[in-house]
Amino acid sequence: MPERIFVATHKGLFEIARRNGAWDIADTQFLGSPVSAVLAEPDGGVYAALDLGHFGAKLWRCDPKKSEWRELPVPVFPPKPENSGDDPHPWSLGKIWTLVPGSAAGRLWAGTMPGGLFHSEDGGESWSLCEALWRMPERKQWMGVAGGEQPGINSVLVDPRNPADIRIGVSTAGVWASSDNGASWRIINRGMYNEYMPPEERENPIAQDIHRLARCAAHPDIVWCQHHNGVFRSENAGANWREVAAIRPSKFGFTVAAHPRDPKTAWFVPAVKDEKRIPVDGKLVVARTRDGGQSFDILTKGLPQRHAYDLVWRHGLDVDASGEILAFGSTSGGLWISENGGDSWAMLDARLPPVMAVCFSAI
Amino acid sequence: MPTVTFTRALERFLQAPPAEVEGETVGAVLAAVFASRPALRGYVLDDQGAVRRHVAVYVNGKPVRDRIRLSDPVGARDQIYVLQALTGG
Repeated sequence: MPERIFVATHKGLFEIARRNGAWDIADTQFLGSPVSAVLAEPDGGVYAALDLGHFGAKLWRCDPKKSEWRELPVPVFPPKPENSGDDPHPWSLGKIWTLVPGSAAGRLWAGTMPGGLFHSEDGGESWSLCEALWRMPERKQWMGVAGGEQPGINSVLVDPRNPADIRIGVSTAGVWASSDNGASWRIINRGMYNEYMPPEERENPIAQDIHRLARCAAHPDIVWCQHHNGVFRSENAGANWREVAAIRPSKFGFTVAAHPRDPKTAWFVPAVKDEKRIPVDGKLVVARTRDGGQSFDILTKGLPQRHAYDLVWRHGLDVDASGEILAFGSTSGGLWISENGGDSWAMLDARLPPVMAVCFSAI
Repeated sequence: MPTVTFTRALERFLQAPPAEVEGETVGAVLAAVFASRPALRGYVLDDQGAVRRHVAVYVNGKPVRDRIRLSDPVGARDQIYVLQALTGG
């Protein structure tokens, strides 16, 4: 049973904990500063990535024994070679978009804008760029997020059966895989389509806008994707994808959470597609499938059903290890928690800043 | 020696007191400061060593010309200011 929820917002990090049976804000950190990613470790340590507008991306860690926050080094891109003039992407850290634990103690993966993947073997005290991914010629074809110049690695999946097997989801460049701990990479996604591309590029694997990947921990071959153009499901760890056409009330969205044990259960928060990005008919709903995407329950109990304009970003939804407790936060600063798999939701009694990411902590 | 003063906005994150250091260019002066305060470097410069997009560096009240290589000359009595660039509302 999770004891704490960490909520990364545009104006600080919020720690939500149970008090007398109810969830409440227990602590705040970095008030006023954008927090782009958060990771709570099993030992109680917490990483928070800051996205300071003027002063760049930063990384902090809270030591679980001392309960003290300390700044860590951030990943740094190598010197840009003289002959790389046609590279459309900056060789400088934009922001840390996702932090994911590896299997070994101290190993961390950091997915970033402008599209660099970094790993640390010492709990974030030092970082190494996955050079093979960054220096491959195809990386120059990656497209920026929302028309910007920086692509972003929003998802990193580490195979629990073989931690050297890594999958990443990129906005906008499809799904890439490495079987050798990042030493070599290949694009693997087949079966997706991107409606906003020219017809001849529509099914090009590298043109796919992966909003978020989520893997079933107990069945790692099952991966769900909320894509710009819909929901997709893979049964072979992200190589072949089948569209989940039954998604309701709309197929656009940013986030997805996979049940940790049941390969047929996943949750989504759909929205009106790209140019509007608001809930359909002003009703905030969670869409849950329990049959592998054949059908969906539209979950509304406890969620605002009138004039709600909450959007949930890629990392704004999380499910705990039991698969029963979920939390999501919105761009309007709402945070909702369910303790029954999404059947009903309770809103945190707070008006938070816009929520960027939500992460459960087991202790 | 030239003096360097940092925006107080940095105080939220780390210590950045005024410094008096040797150096004949903006880059050399800042490098001398960062030698004793390495964590400060990433707040002012990007990964390629250029001035961050939303940071401004002034010498005696004028913005530096070379934000990439920081080659603007600095005299012994010059005053360098490192500020937030106001690029938003």
